[in-house]
Amino acid sequence: MKSLTTKSFFAGLCFATILPFATLNSAAAADWKQFRGDNANSVATGETLPTELSGTSIAWQVDLPGRGVSGPIVVGGQVLLTASSGYSQNRLHVLSYDVGSGELQWERQFEATGRTGCHSKMSVATPTPASDGERVFAFYSSNDLICTDLQGNLQWYRGLGEEFPNASNSLGMSSSPIVIGPTVIAQVESDAEAFAIGVDAISGITKWKIDRPRKANWTSPTILPGSGGRPSLALLQSSQGVSAVDPETGNVVWQFSDGASTIPSSTVVGDTVVIPSNGLTTIKPAADGTFEEVWNASRLAPGTSSPVVMDGMTFTVNPAGALAAGDVETGDRLWQLRLKGPFSSTPVASNGYLFFFNEDGFASVVKASRDGGEIVSELDLGEKILCSPAAANNALYIRSDQQLWKFAQ
Amino acid sequence: MKWKPVAAVLLVWTALLQPESLQAADEIETLRSVGIKAAGTIQARQARDVLVAGGSDNLVPVLKGFRGSTVLASNWLRSTFEAIADQQLKSGKGLPQAELLVFVRDTSQSPAARRLAYEWLRKESADLEEQLIPDMLLDPSPEFRRDAVSRLVGQAKAAKGPKAIEIYQSALAGAVHEDQVKVIAEALRAAEVEVDIQKHFGFLPSWKVIGPFNNRELVGFSIAYPPEKKIEIAAEYDGQLGQVSWQPIDTEDDYGVVDIGKQIENYKGSLMYATTTFRSDQARSVELRLGTPNAWKLWVNGELVFQREEYHRSTQMDQYKVPVVMQKGDNVLLLKVCQNEQEQSWAQDYKFQLRVCDATGSAVLPAGTIDDLSQTKSGN
Repeated sequence: MKSLTTKSFFAGLCFATILPFATLNSAAAADWKQFRGDNANSVATGETLPTELSGTSIAWQVDLPGRGVSGPIVVGGQVLLTASSGYSQNRLHVLSYDVGSGELQWERQFEATGRTGCHSKMSVATPTPASDGERVFAFYSSNDLICTDLQGNLQWYRGLGEEFPNASNSLGMSSSPIVIGPTVIAQVESDAEAFAIGVDAISGITKWKIDRPRKANWTSPTILPGSGGRPSLALLQSSQGVSAVDPETGNVVWQFSDGASTIPSSTVVGDTVVIPSNGLTTIKPAADGTFEEVWNASRLAPGTSSPVVMDGMTFTVNPAGALAAGDVETGDRLWQLRLKGPFSSTPVASNGYLFFFNEDGFASVVKASRDGGEIVSELDLGEKILCSPAAANNALYIRSDQQLWKFAQ
Repeated sequence: MKWKPVAAVLLVWTALLQPESLQAADEIETLRSVGIKAAGTIQARQARDVLVAGGSDNLVPVLKGFRGSTVLASNWLRSTFEAIADQQLKSGKGLPQAELLVFVRDTSQSPAARRLAYEWLRKESADLEEQLIPDMLLDPSPEFRRDAVSRLVGQAKAAKGPKAIEIYQSALAGAVHEDQVKVIAEALRAAEVEVDIQKHFGFLPSWKVIGPFNNRELVGFSIAYPPEKKIEIAAEYDGQLGQVSWQPIDTEDDYGVVDIGKQIENYKGSLMYATTTFRSDQARSVELRLGTPNAWKLWVNGELVFQREEYHRSTQMDQYKVPVVMQKGDNVLLLKVCQNEQEQSWAQDYKFQLRVCDATGSAVLPAGTIDDLSQTKSGN
């Protein structure tokens, strides 16, 4: 895998990639508790999202402090997100807004303990926060991992940048943590030092820490839900491939070693893991720790946005902004549709529609079927958007550096 | 709102003379004791709850706790302060403005804590900036300095001729941030006023370098070549391309960039050593701030103070901040700079910049040059 330049790198590293936290804990069905949603697959099930985006579909919009390209999450009646501010971007913000009104409920600020330098396209607030339904886990490029309760009361604070000062990237870090059961899992991977860590969600104490490939990596962990007696696993992606890790112990259960992207992250649908590897590759893990590689399709290679699966189709967007639909069972490309790119954000899929936001803040809603894709509405928000949207309570949430929007019918 | 200085001072003295409750002191110490790896977290939560329940009386004591605390611990104090302050505002009780204002003005307290108090006071007092910031040009807090410099730059832009130059020069005295210094220097130079940006920031422009030594396949980063065992300026060694010896190199770049690739040889898969001596008039803590897109190791007086094996992930001024203690007299700095073998055009940079400054970013100049820069001297 070739190294990233400052330019190519940015093409998006991030934000789309950043993130997630998939929480398998119990929570309201309408929540969106991590990057790419509760199941970390960008699919909003049971939601009726506004497909006609326009000024009238904006339920509210609010000004945000500082900078941030992290995505919002939704927990109960709160929209939670992060920001950073100050000349050195060393002021870290955790913000809570009321879902109904957009009113700021509370804000807490902290001072970064780790390095805050990053490319101007990024922000220290690039990773999307996560929640277990009772707490918020805010993570930053400085490797500060902060836990508050839903009222903003600090529960624990890990200065991973202070504990491991070489585990940083001068371009910035974007990987978002996930939550599996009582464990917060974060990937902290750079050229100089790389590890993954499992932290107890309640106490903040390290449960395990494992070495990872020493190479800059902006992907986020995802979740392989438990099945057939096999417990849920954390999938950690890197340039070397994907490792399935026991969230309780950090033990590697199986390993896909054919290489993978360091920007878009894998996604899981049913018993299939869709990996940005040699284009796009799917595997089916078994309960005994083995897996079967199903297909590989170079023509479905994603750019920065992570792949999405809906209605038996994979959806990927290449660096030129071309949306490709593929058959999730065979890897055959079904059709392509030109969108206005470029994209850092990963789209949300819901009810047969895909919701895209490009880097210029241009939103496109695509109705997708096996026969083709159709752009059904567009809206220019006029601000740079790099984060991936959240979908909850029949509404869509998206943020730029300066604004947070809620769209609803 | 308008502040009444005399009344405020009396209130503050009254507050200062009243001993903090023993319990609050214990709870604050608990927060100050929080360590890495979540050490002391459970106790800290309990302490925070007690302090929040105590209300606004605990605001100033919590702020005082910042002094001498680690950043990690101060985040517990910050969070506690914000919880109390938020509670005060939402309940309509307001903040103890007079006490907090005195705290903001007390430059012996933590800059971060003073800034925190200021930002919360501003929620209730829109004119606070006008009242405080003009006097904060040389404040220990970089954030207050930045605000003061920003005001002056605005005034200078509105002025003309000698008056504008005078204001810009005043602003430069307090400026510690690159973007502000650039704006000021550009304006002064346009008016044909000399500005020494190198000295303003404390960049070290004069070095001796030796190399190249082999770093093909990145092997050199962990190899201790002769210069890192002992610095002998007159010595010669077997290098990657033949015999090598120490050569002087000086940079006139405003930001102290020493471009090894241009001035020596941009040899792929190599490494260079650079050394200089910094004479300090006293033993003191400083920050060495380094910028380089290359992998590097840094020694001060023979002690390895940090190392980092990262290539071409961008570079910027103050990219790395390494706290060190300078001894009185001469201090020998040795920097190892490594180049990999990437072929892309953007991966050919082979350079570094290094400055000595205090925690605010103000230059710490070597002995013998301090008097040459009165503006920065006053800021220290």
